[in-house]
Amino acid sequence: MTRYGWIRLGIVAGAGLILEILCRASVIPRLIVIPPSEMLASAWQILVSGEIKGDLYFSLVNIAFAIGLSVSGGFLTGLAIYSVPVLRATLEPFLTSYSAVPPIVFYPMLIVIFGLNRVPQIIIAVMFGLVPMAMNTINGLNRIRPVFLKVGRSQRVSPLASVFRIQLPAAAPYLFVGVTLAVSYSVIGVISTEFILSASGIGHQISFAYDNYDNRAMYGLVALLLVIATLLNATLRYYSQRMLRRWSR
Amino acid sequence: MRARQASYTAGFLAALVILWQVLFLVFGQRVLTPPWATFVNAWDMLKMPVYWPDIGESIRAFLIALLIAFGLGTVGGILIGTWRACSEVLEPLLVNINTVPKVALYPVILLIFGLGIWAKVVFGALHGVIPIMISSIGAVRNVNPIFVRCGRTMHLTRWQMLRRIWVPACVPEIFSGLRLGFSLTLLGTIFGEFFASQKGVGFLLMNAIDLRNIPTIMSLILILVVFAVLSNSALLAADRKLHRRQA
Amino acid sequence: MPDATRTVHARVEGLTRVYPGHGGQQPVNALGPIDLDLYQGEFLSIIGPSGCGKSTFLELLAGLAVPTAGAIEFEGRAVRGQVPEGVGVVFQEDSSFPWLTVWDNVAFGLENEGVDPAEIRRRADFAVGFMGLADFARSYPAQLSGGMRQRVCIARTLVLQPRLILLDEPFAALDQQTRLLMGDELLRLWRETGATILLITHALDEAAMLSDRVAAMSARPGRLLEIIPTGWPAGRDSRIVEDARFGAITARLWTILREESMKAIGRTESQGSA
Repeated sequence: MTRYGWIRLGIVAGAGLILEILCRASVIPRLIVIPPSEMLASAWQILVSGEIKGDLYFSLVNIAFAIGLSVSGGFLTGLAIYSVPVLRATLEPFLTSYSAVPPIVFYPMLIVIFGLNRVPQIIIAVMFGLVPMAMNTINGLNRIRPVFLKVGRSQRVSPLASVFRIQLPAAAPYLFVGVTLAVSYSVIGVISTEFILSASGIGHQISFAYDNYDNRAMYGLVALLLVIATLLNATLRYYSQRMLRRWSR
Repeated sequence: MRARQASYTAGFLAALVILWQVLFLVFGQRVLTPPWATFVNAWDMLKMPVYWPDIGESIRAFLIALLIAFGLGTVGGILIGTWRACSEVLEPLLVNINTVPKVALYPVILLIFGLGIWAKVVFGALHGVIPIMISSIGAVRNVNPIFVRCGRTMHLTRWQMLRRIWVPACVPEIFSGLRLGFSLTLLGTIFGEFFASQKGVGFLLMNAIDLRNIPTIMSLILILVVFAVLSNSALLAADRKLHRRQA
Repeated sequence: MPDATRTVHARVEGLTRVYPGHGGQQPVNALGPIDLDLYQGEFLSIIGPSGCGKSTFLELLAGLAVPTAGAIEFEGRAVRGQVPEGVGVVFQEDSSFPWLTVWDNVAFGLENEGVDPAEIRRRADFAVGFMGLADFARSYPAQLSGGMRQRVCIARTLVLQPRLILLDEPFAALDQQTRLLMGDELLRLWRETGATILLITHALDEAAMLSDRVAAMSARPGRLLEIIPTGWPAGRDSRIVEDARFGAITARLWTILREESMKAIGRTESQGSA
């Protein structure tokens, strides 16, 4: 780890320590924030006891579906827009404006249509994640160095083979950015909707704990959620950096 | 070219409206309201004084959140950006924090700020401030060092350097960050309104869900979407103009 | 090889490329008309001022672009919009695929043609060794120098055993000394494969020292002004520069091209020199 990496770790650890001290000294009342050590202990307890196993499973499955649909749907959409000039001319301006509308506003409507189950949640999560994936796909395909395609043609590579053997690998770093965003947004979409209105899921449990003034459970669940999200992101970042290191001059 | 682009856009919007109408015909009025009726209802709602306090509340919360996000984000970002060691340490940290789903912190914010306008404002600002900060740091770091050296050879004072070199060079990229921050802050504020208060457009929406008042739900969604798209388009136009001057 | 059997390997006749004007702009006459016969097994260079259409010529000949007028023939068959089997191209910029190792880069074309694995291994190993990359077979292009990356691109082309190799300013991005050594590599390759080589370059000395014939192209629209035979022996390398005729050939090339180069940068003889 670099020198700066250690400093960063120090900052985070330091902040955690300060919070811990302030909480234990009752400078920050327990009704509002509990000490970080207790948050982690609570998270561990909840995980080990298995009481929220069903909710955890529910959320993770939803997130998995959302990621799968966002990434594949986003990739295909991006590929289609990139390849078909009419689609491109029509849709590209909207893509940049898409992020303006918080998809969450459609949640009520979807609940009415599909009922209070995982379907509206997954749809909202996909609405969050699909467009960034599509935009990064388009960006990645645009940035393929033209000479790579010329090499393909000079070696008589068929158009289909060219997509898989040249274009996809060449666009991979950008596609990966899209995947990272899709993962992030899928988590946000699923958890947000669970928090607003849901019968199960981690978000629902957090909301439930909050309503019942159960700070310990609430912070434990929040900590658990943060750990899951951080693990996901760290894994993605590890692989993307490995890829970039191979590539960069 | 511009005319063709406009016709494509118009065509696309028309297709969306037609799709909407078709969905209405399929799912029926217990689930959707058709386009024209929704537009009319939304327009009527905006005219009815009974809704103005809520709309006003939302606008107030959003603007305050925006101010905080913009202010903290740009000032913090510029300061961090100009100090190299600081930005090397903090930028990756900020990028990491940004990937954490902020929705996880929402109950914490509710606990700290209670129900009311401040929870919404903080939640909204929280969504916008980090991306704006990251973008501002990037803008400052990407200023071509040649410009800075030119300024030094011309013996500009600190203040002059700031005014005549740093600020004009950074503005386009910072503005792009602000545009993104605008949308994110809006998202955060609306989300905040789903819970944190008894007033506001978000609250009206949650209320309408409870009452299964479809026309109101649809009209409120329409108002939000139109507001978001119009404001974003205006910012986008300004963004393009700024970048064109630079490029 | 000098005194080649003089069979024509490839030829172009009346080759022209005009870019149509867009929205009120005049069409641009980029190239031609050009007539050229490329003889079997020879090493021909084309030099000319920048923008004269040398690269366009190469792309047309390779089948990567379609001419506005004129005929292109390779081994007696017409070339139209597709790169014929037996033709290999090395591009100016480094085109090695960064996501593949050196060995995988070289094997790329073979895998595409569905050659069986044992054969792929044999031929790729050979090409990698031939270009002196054996120690770097498992490395990624990003870890190599510019010269080595170009060698990867050449190996990748070689492995398909092309009979005509087209090189578009392949050493332009390299420093002078590396360039001269790469020139020797190219000559070795030419001798050992017996392929016909067409080299596009803007460096007069490079053209003069490497080729059997040098074709000088005018400023845009590029047309062939003169073709100069060098008469060098087949076993030559970069030390041919010691030969007395080298200076004369280079001088002759510059005499032809000086005027054209000035035209390319927008100045004529009457306006005097820089």
